[in-house]
Amino acid sequence: MSQDFRLDNVGMVNREKKISFKFNGKKYFGFEGDTIASALIANGVHLVGRSFKYHRPRGFFGVGVDEPYAILQLDRNNERDPNIRATEQEIFEGLEVKSVNCWPSVNFDIGAINNFLKMFFPAGFYYKTFMWPPSFWYKIYEPFIRMAAGFGEASIKHDKERYEHKYEYCDLLITGSGPSGLASAYAAAKNGARVILAEDKPRFGGSLLTSDVNIGNQTGVEWTEKIIAELKSMPNVVVKNRSQVFGYYDHNMLVMSERISDHLPKTQEYLPKQRLWYIRANEVLISSGSIERPLVFGNNDTPGVMLSSAAKEYMKVYGVLVGKKPLIFTNNDSGYETAIEFKKNGVNPIILDTRSNPSSDIITEAKNLNIEIKFSYVVVAAKGYKKVKSADIAKISDDKKELFNIENIKCDCICVSGFWTPSIHLASQSGNKSKFNEKIDAFVPDKSKQQENTIGSANGIFTLEETIKDAFDKGFDVSNKITEKNNKVSVPTVVEKKSTDHDKFWCVPLPKGKSYKRFLDFQNDVAVSDIELALREGFRSIEHVKRYTTLGMATDQGKTSNLNGLQLVSDIENKVVPQVGHTTFRPPYTPVSIGAIVGREVGKHSKPTRKSPMHSWHEKNNAVFVDAGVWLRPRYYKQGNEGLFEASKREAKNVRQNVGVCDVTTLGKIDVKGPDAAEFLNRVYTNAWLKLPVGKARYGVMLREDGIVMDDGTTTRISENHYHMTTTTAQAANVLSHLEYYLQLVWPELNVNVVSTTEQWAGAAIAGPNSRKLLMKLFPNLDVSNEGLPFMGYKEADLFEVPAKIYRISFSGELAYEINVESDNGYFMWEKIMEVGQEFKIQPYGTEALSTLRIEMGHVAGSELDGRTIPYDASLEGLVSKKKDFIGKRSLNRSAFISKDREKLVGVVPIDKTTSIPEGSYIVKDPKAKLPNPKLGHVSASCWSVEYDNPFSLAIIKDGKNMIGQKLFAMSPLKNKTIPVEIVSSHYVDPEGKRVRS
Amino acid sequence: MLYINCPHCGLRSQNEFAYGGDATVKRPELNKEISDQEWDNFVYLRKSPRGKHLELWHHISGCRQWIKVERDTSTHEIFKTYKANEAIE
Ligand SMILES: [Zn+2]
Repeated sequence: MSQDFRLDNVGMVNREKKISFKFNGKKYFGFEGDTIASALIANGVHLVGRSFKYHRPRGFFGVGVDEPYAILQLDRNNERDPNIRATEQEIFEGLEVKSVNCWPSVNFDIGAINNFLKMFFPAGFYYKTFMWPPSFWYKIYEPFIRMAAGFGEASIKHDKERYEHKYEYCDLLITGSGPSGLASAYAAAKNGARVILAEDKPRFGGSLLTSDVNIGNQTGVEWTEKIIAELKSMPNVVVKNRSQVFGYYDHNMLVMSERISDHLPKTQEYLPKQRLWYIRANEVLISSGSIERPLVFGNNDTPGVMLSSAAKEYMKVYGVLVGKKPLIFTNNDSGYETAIEFKKNGVNPIILDTRSNPSSDIITEAKNLNIEIKFSYVVVAAKGYKKVKSADIAKISDDKKELFNIENIKCDCICVSGFWTPSIHLASQSGNKSKFNEKIDAFVPDKSKQQENTIGSANGIFTLEETIKDAFDKGFDVSNKITEKNNKVSVPTVVEKKSTDHDKFWCVPLPKGKSYKRFLDFQNDVAVSDIELALREGFRSIEHVKRYTTLGMATDQGKTSNLNGLQLVSDIENKVVPQVGHTTFRPPYTPVSIGAIVGREVGKHSKPTRKSPMHSWHEKNNAVFVDAGVWLRPRYYKQGNEGLFEASKREAKNVRQNVGVCDVTTLGKIDVKGPDAAEFLNRVYTNAWLKLPVGKARYGVMLREDGIVMDDGTTTRISENHYHMTTTTAQAANVLSHLEYYLQLVWPELNVNVVSTTEQWAGAAIAGPNSRKLLMKLFPNLDVSNEGLPFMGYKEADLFEVPAKIYRISFSGELAYEINVESDNGYFMWEKIMEVGQEFKIQPYGTEALSTLRIEMGHVAGSELDGRTIPYDASLEGLVSKKKDFIGKRSLNRSAFISKDREKLVGVVPIDKTTSIPEGSYIVKDPKAKLPNPKLGHVSASCWSVEYDNPFSLAIIKDGKNMIGQKLFAMSPLKNKTIPVEIVSSHYVDPEGKRVRS
Repeated sequence: MLYINCPHCGLRSQNEFAYGGDATVKRPELNKEISDQEWDNFVYLRKSPRGKHLELWHHISGCRQWIKVERDTSTHEIFKTYKANEAIE
């Protein structure tokens, strides 16, 4: 395909480098530096999509972030990327894009029938059409809406690209590199401030790229290049292109998305695709510029109707003509600049100016170039379906109410200019209440809310001279507040053409008998008639009108539609725009990839993974791991063809018969030190702690102030003022915060310090009848007899010359010891235990066997202490002191907690002694009772009892202790199981606790 | 994201902190007889003011100190921060 609309030797694309790409399967050529939009227009392609509601043909309307239509879906390096603006995405060799919102194809779209059924799609059509019957939602409405609408299709595959996050701090962040951004960055940087200058486009310069001006005896482009080069050479400045500051958050935190590799065929090695910058800026200068406003007339959404500034940029930056028979429709001088540019490139435009008799330098220049100008003229309607073919134009009366002399003239594009709307989105996001500027018919930022100022055309300043001067001043002022260097640079002289006032007229009336659709919001298909209808139906607040009609929503955020919508509402309501107010702008200003927001926190990187020092031993010995909080723990050690069930049964049985060893490094450990440590523990735990002797451990339960069990564990008195507390793996961090809270805020008079020592110690639990024999071999010089090291005793000794701590505590209910050594010696300890334990038939056991052992002993754990239970529920009443006060005690006599039918811990055995009871099953009296079946309680944990070789579960049921001996049913509607059960004591094995004391 | 001036560490981003609720709540003294109502008020009842609010934050990824922050709940403006036992102005 030839590029019929490409101009020779005009623009900034690299003519040396031809690039091929595919659009809807067809191959086209462009040049390096083209966007998809400029390359397609160069090839004469204007039809790129279908509209959201009516499926009308859609072309290009803008040239950058202002583009409401041309949103495509991109395939790059076998990845799919929806929601790509054709006006922003640069082309690269092999790029493939396709249209969205059309089915089966952009040229023949079934949804376009909606266009002929307009009466079904008025304002609020979603609310009206898809309301009833509710059952239709799932099967009919939703699939229909999803297929017919939406902006592309997200991939369901994992995104293999890499995205990064970066945190940055600066004195001054400047959002946009147009004249005001460049001038202020230069002034601030020269004054010693740390500056970040962000530009969303690939090229710096903003309006300087396309305007015919002179700064300090240089063209706008030359001046831009000089300033950028100098800024880049300064160590205190970061200059970024392809970087959009899209969100302004609290305390001057701004977020910027940098597109690093999107314009390349493939993400470069060692670089991410995109990088999200979290920037904490002392000061912000918002220089985001302004966006041209559309004029509203019949069929103004036809492909070929576009902003006049966009047409100019396609010519000057890309060397592309948007048409060869252009009609310029304007209410201000900007349209003339575009017309002059056409003329310079050998194309004859016609200007329709809504003003009756304006005069300025630019108008004179256009006249001198013999450009045809019709004053007091308007476009009534564009003609043509997939592309503008002609336009009905008319003379308009001075009061702008009547049309005369309607005639049809040939044209292939209509470039509209309805004056300029400052982009106040970022200022508004920062909390700045905007004010209405009558002179420009638009909102501008009001008083600064955070540390932000708005400069240039974003602040409603539309002459270059004023912009440059103000920006140099602001750059100096805000930087000087921080640096106090008083280094002021001189302001260059500016030469520009003077323009005259714009016309406030913006919406062409309908000719008699015509009902053309006149669009306000191009992305969301909102027409003048929709707003009129919404107001007739009683919607008044602009926020309600927005949501009812979808005006200014979605990825466009009202960039081109907002003010015309407000104008219309205020016209109908006989109000002025500031009385109507505007809707709230919310981040993001432009769409951001989900991948960029997530960054590197995907898959296993979404949280830290902690491994014990013995991890590699477990790996070598076929451990199957399970997530336990942030830790990885062996769940079981696989032998041969074993699965979870067989392996855990073997491991648990070996503990009961011989001896097992379990990695308990993950248990939370907290050092509690200080003269008041005993008093502190006495307040934290429910049981008494003042008389615990040195060298002894005690089991304790701690509550929250509302009486619910928070955690349990053993704490050992290492020396007079030093306690070693253990917590559950999951609650370790919360318990530390809890202790710090009481020490720092509630009882600061207590002289106690706490610090986490979880990672300082590697732990191994040795459990089973052979454990003492093993311990004797591990510590030959230590008296480990029942008298020398009794249950809940503590000793320090060397394990093959490595200092170790030995706690005689048990979670399994067997005779057991826990050995701790410094983490670095953990692997050594583990190997020694395995080596010496051979003769006692030692086997390692994982968390599954550990669970089995504790369940059949009736020891409570997280599944019972689930944030709903108080000590009495878990049969822990023996641990609740009647004498002393402690955290949460006062809550324990709340009426709900002392009620007779409170759910309490029991054991459950299936009558058939073979059917395992699913965890979470309900315990009921009568499985056939009318629904909802009254629930007595639930099964909290299940195992296969290795002691009795049958299933056993723990349950928490109403009036638990009195239910023992009853025959009930366990029902699991999820697993579709009803199992006859008998309620037994929760202490299924060794109820007297003889083994741990043996 | 808030920028909180920890009295021990200086200005730090919100993601280093955990929120701890109303800082004006006082725990009843240990072993003191109080009514059910007083206890319930302490455990459950919190004001949810629009405007100035003195609240606790825990610098968990920093110095691990609990601090008090005077913040406007509607604008997020932070007026002053205090150490745990510092007198409130
Ligand atoms: Zn701190």
